[in-house]
Amino acid sequence: MSLSLLIFILIAIATLGSAAVALALKNIIRAALLLVVSWIGIASFYLWADAQFVAFAQVLVYVGAISMIVLFGVVLTRRAPVSVVDTTVTPSMRAVAGVASAGLVALAVVWGILGTELPQTSSRAAAPVVDMRAIGLELMGQYAAAILIVGALLTVALLGSVVVASHEEKLMKNEE
Amino acid sequence: MSALHLCLIFSTLLFALGLAAALSRSNAILVLLGVELMLNAANINFIAFWRFSPQFASNPHAGVIFAVFSIAVAAAEAAVGLALIIAVYRHYKNVRLQDADQLKG
Repeated sequence: MSLSLLIFILIAIATLGSAAVALALKNIIRAALLLVVSWIGIASFYLWADAQFVAFAQVLVYVGAISMIVLFGVVLTRRAPVSVVDTTVTPSMRAVAGVASAGLVALAVVWGILGTELPQTSSRAAAPVVDMRAIGLELMGQYAAAILIVGALLTVALLGSVVVASHEEKLMKNEE
Repeated sequence: MSALHLCLIFSTLLFALGLAAALSRSNAILVLLGVELMLNAANINFIAFWRFSPQFASNPHAGVIFAVFSIAVAAAEAAVGLALIIAVYRHYKNVRLQDADQLKG
């Protein structure tokens, strides 16, 4: 077993394990913090796959921003300051059906992957060279329209989320 | 089994974890985190195909840039999702999805 494969397997076990434990936990703050570990694992997968730029983007966006958004959401939507919000895994047919259908999807997709012929370029020497300068030039050249559209999408989405989140308050003010 | 197979299986398992959480948890925040995990699995696939496909010579940065755009869209989705959760909480004083069963405000 080569060193690269060993590192990949360690990253995969850390990511999948922390994600599985996080999504089965009752305490939602611990779940959010464990998911941060999982996102760091995904970022280290990107580093393993020689996509440093994406790894930094993952750390900035997920570990930095989205985890903060989630923690804000947890704090803003808990009723009592200490009591655990009702996050029990519903002991119902729905939970069993959800896990079973997810397992079936995983089985079907893994079966499909294993039955597919994929290109065999597993040598580490074949890593494509990516430098930040070239990415920046391409983002400002070939992909300029795309980055403008993404910027507009982010602006519209954030404005829309502000409107959605403050809707109720406005109504209450009008009633008063 | 090549490295691409392993990466795809890794992302499939991550996707299945997110799907199980999104289907079976009743807390809206955990459902949103499950959706985020599924998006992450898609990003892993982008990077895996970019890294292990033999045709990257024609456009070596396409996969990286695609993944970065996808992360940006995921960030927008997380913000909108949390805003919806806060709106649901304001209305129902709860984030259990079973209780949020009306479209009418």
